Formats: sequence, structure tokens, C-alpha cells
Amino acid sequence: MEINKDLIAASSTPIVLAILAEADSYGYAILMRVREISKGQMEWTDGMLYPVLHRLERLGHVTARWENSETGRKRKYYRITTAGKAQLAEEQRQWQAVNATLKGIWSSLSITLAPSSATRAALLLQAA
Amino acid sequence: MTMATPNNAPDRALEDQIDQWRSYLRRRQAIQSVDVAELEDHLREQISTLSAAGLSTDEAFLVGVKRIGDLNALSREFAREHSDRLWKQLVDAPQDAGDAPARTRTDAAMAIGLAVAAGVAVKAPALFGMPMIDENESFYARHASLFVLPMLTGYFVWKRKLAASTLRWLGVAFVGALVFANVYPLKPLGALEMLTAMHLPIALWLAVGVAYAAERWNQVAGRMDFIRFSGELFIYYALIAFGGGVFTAFLLMLFKIIGIDAEPFVQTWLIPCGAAGAVVVASWLVEAKQSVIENMAPVLTRLFTPLFATLLVAFLVTLLFTGRGVNMERDMLLAFDGLLVIVLGLLLYAISARDPRAPASAFDVMQVVLVISALLADAVALWAIGARISEYGFTPNRTAVLGMNIILLVNLAWSAVVYIRFLRGQGPIAALERWQTNYLPVYSVWAAIVVIVFPVVFGFRY
Repeated sequence: MEINKDLIAASSTPIVLAILAEADSYGYAILMRVREISKGQMEWTDGMLYPVLHRLERLGHVTARWENSETGRKRKYYRITTAGKAQLAEEQRQWQAVNATLKGIWSSLSITLAPSSATRAALLLQAA
Repeated sequence: MTMATPNNAPDRALEDQIDQWRSYLRRRQAIQSVDVAELEDHLREQISTLSAAGLSTDEAFLVGVKRIGDLNALSREFAREHSDRLWKQLVDAPQDAGDAPARTRTDAAMAIGLAVAAGVAVKAPALFGMPMIDENESFYARHASLFVLPMLTGYFVWKRKLAASTLRWLGVAFVGALVFANVYPLKPLGALEMLTAMHLPIALWLAVGVAYAAERWNQVAGRMDFIRFSGELFIYYALIAFGGGVFTAFLLMLFKIIGIDAEPFVQTWLIPCGAAGAVVVASWLVEAKQSVIENMAPVLTRLFTPLFATLLVAFLVTLLFTGRGVNMERDMLLAFDGLLVIVLGLLLYAISARDPRAPASAFDVMQVVLVISALLADAVALWAIGARISEYGFTPNRTAVLGMNIILLVNLAWSAVVYIRFLRGQGPIAALERWQTNYLPVYSVWAAIVVIVFPVVFGFRY
């Protein structure tokens, strides 16, 4: 399923912060994790992750360090900061509000929707 | 498994491909080599995963590169995040390189056209019975910024294709400026009129900023670019003025040897029109020729931060140990305003050139020493003059100077707090940028207050 660009962009901050809240990580592994959690529904253009990470770094939400990876290559690892955790909590609050609103609307709509759209709505509900 | 293939031939081919990809990426100004290294690590990991899944290295490379995404879009994305890097290159504006020379030519034509328009605007009042003579000095002082800044703003309105809604606000600002430059019965060349003449450009500079940054005005990066632009413009303008001075000297000399006095022409045409037009030309140069003078402001900052820090610390130490009395003339507060402006400039151009992701360095400590010593010196000055200001009373000049001093003091004091937090690892340096860029309107609002409110409060007496 193709998810709209704006939605991808808006959700990138909480998703990246949440993944880093699990453990320190690096670009490729973060993308793998996104694919895994979303079951392949969230398809990010790989390169676009990096400007997002750099923005979070500039804002002080994450810190970065270069380390040797198990393959011997230099690799840039990111770690969430206290400010990043606070930001994540804030994002979570906002997304839950959006989510709750949408849920409310979907459930009142699903009765009147055409069958095909109804299955879509049900899918969306599940995804939510 | 392909992973276990022992022969080196495909690996070499892969290395060549990666080399090519890397050098292609390096050509993007917004993507620095440290980012290229990060992306390369990503690509290599992708390739080894795909190879492990059974793809040939060729296929894996192609898929990996494809997944990283379109390089134009990617470099725009990097550019948006790292606009400080782009400041020199301005890749953001022309998206395809094909029409770049044509674009540069139209830009140049427009800039020169507007510079001529500014020159004409300076001379226009003479057509309506307001020649540029000593009796009309007060008219020209009040309107100086209105000859030039509308043209400069117009250049950016044209260049950035501003929306009609923004245009309306800019119009309101300039019409308002015209009204307040004329509506009050100010004493010719009195203190209030001089304050209006000095503060009107500061107030209007905000309008230039809104036009310059266009839709990026509400972003920290957009306003930061405007700060960079202002500093570079100042340097370019000083260079052009210097060149103009040399030109004028030769002009006078050459005509003198054939017995013609060019002085009147120089006084009434060359200098006023040249000074007005040069603002537009310098702005265009800052935009177009970034890479020629590569960020002069940060270079000067590096040079003068240690000097000013040493000077201020030496001043404070001497004051403390010799216990000399502070002999503040009342006009000296103006000099301290100047000092704070310089310190603020050093601070601004240091952070503007700084990689926001770099860790704290000795230069950052130097900046904090500079800011704090400037604050202490200013506190001494304020304390010394505070006792006497009630005795002198509040004249418009003293109020304006004191107000500006307090505005700068507040800015620097909070900057010091944010900077120290950064040094102690408690906050990002970006917080300082945010503070500085959010503070920009304060100067203009204060300047507008001086222009609009001061004459009323002081009853047009000065």
C-alpha cells in the first residue's frame, strides 16, 4: 500500500525516536525495524531517513557517534537524549489524539460505507 | 550463497561502482563527505543483505542505489536540513542547471535596473522642488531608507515570487514608514528627527528580511540565512564604498587637470545615487557571487572574537585591581551600545558558520567569555550612568540609547545562558540559533516605537 508522502514525513519523527528509545541504532537498522513493525506497509525512500536523523541531532533529540561496526566499517550510531524522550512523549500524546479522532470517525462511517471501502476502513482500523 | 563467492573480480567491479556513486554524490554541495560515508555504509549493508538473499552484486548495487532514492530529491532534502552549507552555493533556487546562465543574466539585469531606479528615486524629489541642498537636509535624512529599501525589497519580491498576501504587508510597512516620516511636526535636524532617520531603516529592515526569506521566514533556518545575508551585505557594501571612494578621487583628479571642477557633480549625483544603487547591487552580489568571497563574516569573526574577548577581560581585570573610578560621560552609553552590537555580531556569525552538530570546542568557550565579559562591562557602564540619568532627565536620545542597550543586554544575557547550557551538554546549540532568530523582530519593533511613539511622548519638543 502506498502511504501519502505527507503522512510519511509527519510520522517519521515519532517513529525514529521510538525506535531509538528501544535501543541505540544506525540508519540501515532503523529502516529494517520500520519495515518489520509496519509489516512492509511503510516504505521509506532509504536516503530520506538521514536528513531526518540529522534534524533530530541538530535539535538535540538524539546524539550521534562514529563506531566500528562488526563488519569493520565506520558506522554512525544514534542515541536518544532526555530531550528526545520528552519529545517522543509529546509526539505520542499528539498522535494518540489524532488516532482517537480518526477511530471515532471511522466507526461512525463504517456502517454507511460501500463494502470495498468498508474493508479498507476495517484494515485502517486494524493498522491503527 | 553469493556471499561466499571466492573470486575477487565481481567485488572489484562493485568497488568501482561504489566509487563512481560516491564521487557523484560528493559533487552535491549539500551532502558533505561525512554524510556520504554514512550513506555508503547504508548502501554496503543493503548490498550485502541483498546478496545474501541471492541477488548478484550488480543487481544488489542497482537495487540499493534505487532504494536510497533520487539523488536530486535527496540532495534537496539535505539542503533543506543543512541550509548553512548551501548558503555558499544556493543550490535550492535553480533546480535544473540548464537555464542557470540565462537566470543569472536576468537576475543581473533586474538588480542593475533596480539599482538605477534607486538612484533615480534619490534624484526624483529634486524634480518636485526639493533639490539636494543644505536646507533640505532634514527631508533627505528622513527619507534616505525610503529611496533604497523599497527597491531592495522589490528585488526579492521578484526573485522569490512572493505571494500577494505577503506583498500587502510589505506595502503596509513602506506606506506606514512614509507616513510616519512626514506626519509629525518634527524640529528640522532636531534630536527626534535624527532618531527617526536612524531608526526607520532598522524598522524597515524587517520588511527586507520577510521578502528575503519569503516562505522560510517562519523557519529558524530562513531567518538565519537572512542574518548571514545582512552580514555579507554589510561587508560587500563596505568594499564597494571603498572602491567608489578610489573611483571618485580619480574622477576629481582627472577633471581637475583639464580645469573642470567635478565636485558639484560628485556631491549631488555620483555619491547619493551611487550610495543608493550600491545597496541593491551589493545584495545581488551577495546572492550571486557567494563563492567568490567565501563567507567573509565568519572569517572576520574567527579573527576578532579572541581580540575582543582579550580586550574586554583586560578591561575588567584592570578595573577590578586598580579600583579606578568609572568616569562615564553620558554620551558614552552610545559607545557601549556599539560594543554590544559588535559582540552580538561576533556571536551571530560564529553560530551561523558553525556546524550545529559539532561538539563544543575551545572557540565556543571563547565566545562565552566574550559575551559574559561584554555583559559585565555593560553592567558597569549602566550602573555608572544609572545614578546620573535621573539627574539629566530622560531626553529622546538618552531614552533611545538606553532602550537599545537594554534590548541588547537581554539578548546577550539569555544567549550566555543558552551557550553555557550547550557547553555543559544540557542543550543543543540550535537553541541559540532559535533564540537569536526569534529575537530579530524585537529590534525592528523597538525602532518602530522610537519612530512612532517617541515624538508623541516627547511632545515634538526636541
